[in-house]
Amino acid sequence: MAGSDAAPKIGAPEFANALLNADAPSPPGLIGPDGKAAPKRFAVYRNNVIVSLCEALGQTYPAVRTLLGDDYFNALARAFVTDHPPSSPVLIWYGGAFADFVEAFPPLQDYPYLADVARAEWAWLQAYHAEDAAPLDPAVLGSIDPEKLASARFVRHPATSRVSSEWPLADLLRANRFSPGDGAHIDLGAAQSLLITRPDLDVDVVPLRPGGAAFVDALLSGAGLGEAAGLGADASAEFSLSDCLSDCLGAGAFKGLETN
Amino acid sequence: MFSETPSNSKSRTAAEIPARAGAGLKPEHVAEILETGADVGFFEVHAENYMGAGGPPHRQLEAIRERYPLSLHGVGLSIGGEGPLDGDHLKRLAELNRRYEPGLFSEHLAWSTHDTTYYNDLLPVPYDEATLARVCDHIDEVQDVVGRPMLLENPSTYVAFEQSTMSELEFLKEIARRTGCGLLLDINNVYVSCINHQRSAEDYLAAFPMSAVGEIHLGGHAPDTDDAGRPLLIDAHDREVDAAVWTLYETVVRRHGSLPTLIEWDNEVPEWPVLQAETQAADRILAGHDTAALRQAV
Amino acid sequence: MKNKAMSAAIVAGAVATAISGLTVSTPAHAQAKEKCYGVSLKGQNDCKAGPGTTCAGTSTVDYQGNAWTLVPKGTCTTMDVPGDRHGSLTELKRDLPDA
Repeated sequence: MAGSDAAPKIGAPEFANALLNADAPSPPGLIGPDGKAAPKRFAVYRNNVIVSLCEALGQTYPAVRTLLGDDYFNALARAFVTDHPPSSPVLIWYGGAFADFVEAFPPLQDYPYLADVARAEWAWLQAYHAEDAAPLDPAVLGSIDPEKLASARFVRHPATSRVSSEWPLADLLRANRFSPGDGAHIDLGAAQSLLITRPDLDVDVVPLRPGGAAFVDALLSGAGLGEAAGLGADASAEFSLSDCLSDCLGAGAFKGLETN
Repeated sequence: MFSETPSNSKSRTAAEIPARAGAGLKPEHVAEILETGADVGFFEVHAENYMGAGGPPHRQLEAIRERYPLSLHGVGLSIGGEGPLDGDHLKRLAELNRRYEPGLFSEHLAWSTHDTTYYNDLLPVPYDEATLARVCDHIDEVQDVVGRPMLLENPSTYVAFEQSTMSELEFLKEIARRTGCGLLLDINNVYVSCINHQRSAEDYLAAFPMSAVGEIHLGGHAPDTDDAGRPLLIDAHDREVDAAVWTLYETVVRRHGSLPTLIEWDNEVPEWPVLQAETQAADRILAGHDTAALRQAV
Repeated sequence: MKNKAMSAAIVAGAVATAISGLTVSTPAHAQAKEKCYGVSLKGQNDCKAGPGTTCAGTSTVDYQGNAWTLVPKGTCTTMDVPGDRHGSLTELKRDLPDA
């Protein structure tokens, strides 16, 4: 073999540094069949890393991708990937910081709803891969002493989360991910927060009614039903406890109920 | 005490992978595979895609595992990495092995993690003594934690290291000898690397330690050119297996007999029948070997 | 801050209404199980979700556009913007929703 003591030792640090920095030269000591430096060959690795991670982001954030267009999304994804490369080989956990990155990205300041769309898509993916659990059977509530309902606390289903937004999040997701091309108008003035969960195999994305976000937040942080209902009513005069509770139970947002 | 009657228990297909063709499992194919009861020797999955806690991926894999032998193929352990192996990741691999009882478990001669960054590609290692010792230590650790022998796959590479002091073959043989691990012979990788480094794939395969091989991989590659305009093949898994790779495969099977053979198709994934046709092409070569062997025996 | 908890009686009444409105909440499950083996009616996203790993390289070449200078060109859905503006214009100033 050609290896000699004079050959530059290329460790992972030199190789790795040049992978994410498109302006960095190919590390010395990496050669083609003629024994000479071969930057285009090294560029294959750089390209593999960048393109595969951008594609991973595109698969996690299809609605953001649709909203921005492929060219813009890829350029944005590359900026994110080089700033926030993954720390785990499990790619379903990669990209949770994308929403904050989008929100802070100066050229996108005129598209304030994008970050919330990204937050909802991240919540969707986490729900998809969350631990399986049977949702709470609503009939259980009927079997509880009515006097104890106000202090009862729900146990969050492992797939449940809540994404709040001042933008029409449900409509944006529907038009750009779940039912593209349905032609429905989107009123950007309508705020929609979402409850996202997965009672069995399908992820449910439920737009919350007025006061619903405050109500759900309180329940998910362990408040009793009566206290959470009070917070929902504080948040909106239109708050309906029965409707909001029905939405949560129907979506399977909880896996249990604790009474004193 | 009476033992439970086995008739009601959910019996799994024998874990052993047959010397037939299998396919890389893609979520979009699962429904058709299950509905048609596709006649395929086994399926192989990337371990990292089943490291979430629950949900449809595990449900699908359970359904496949009940009906087909399964091979588990890790793509992110970074066995060639300079730092220590990621202990959490190794535990996840061990847990998947325990949960799905795959017939084969394999990983790559490559690195992908440095410090805390995961680069999502199978990056090359120099073939020198220091790297050899490190890779062997890592394989010892994997086999210890997972509790079973693993197969190590030969890489496809685009650059060589000037500092290398041995050939890839010497390197692989020595790993197998020191650790007792098996080898996964990726014939497309052999072809890609040999074209890229202007060596003979036939010679490489003739010298490969076949007694250590537990599985063969076949896949498609994409043509490109390097800085000097020489052919540079990219291991893209985005098309049918190349005719030259089929020829090399036939030679290996004729010379060494049948082995479990996986068709990999990871990018531009086609409709299921297209992928299945590739497995059938491999099965014909494997069957041709068997009938030839049978004729000789008679 | 009002923050009064609702009374036990109101809560109990609302719970009864909520439950009665929920006709059996789980019949979709058998169907869903079948569904996620692939025949999903809700869209491809149900069964091919999120990024998968690959042990392959790529022949796709990194698109070198600069997100600092490009203009987003998504498939604009029809959006009605508060005020008189509407149509394909999806740019908004941050303070618009308060307008």
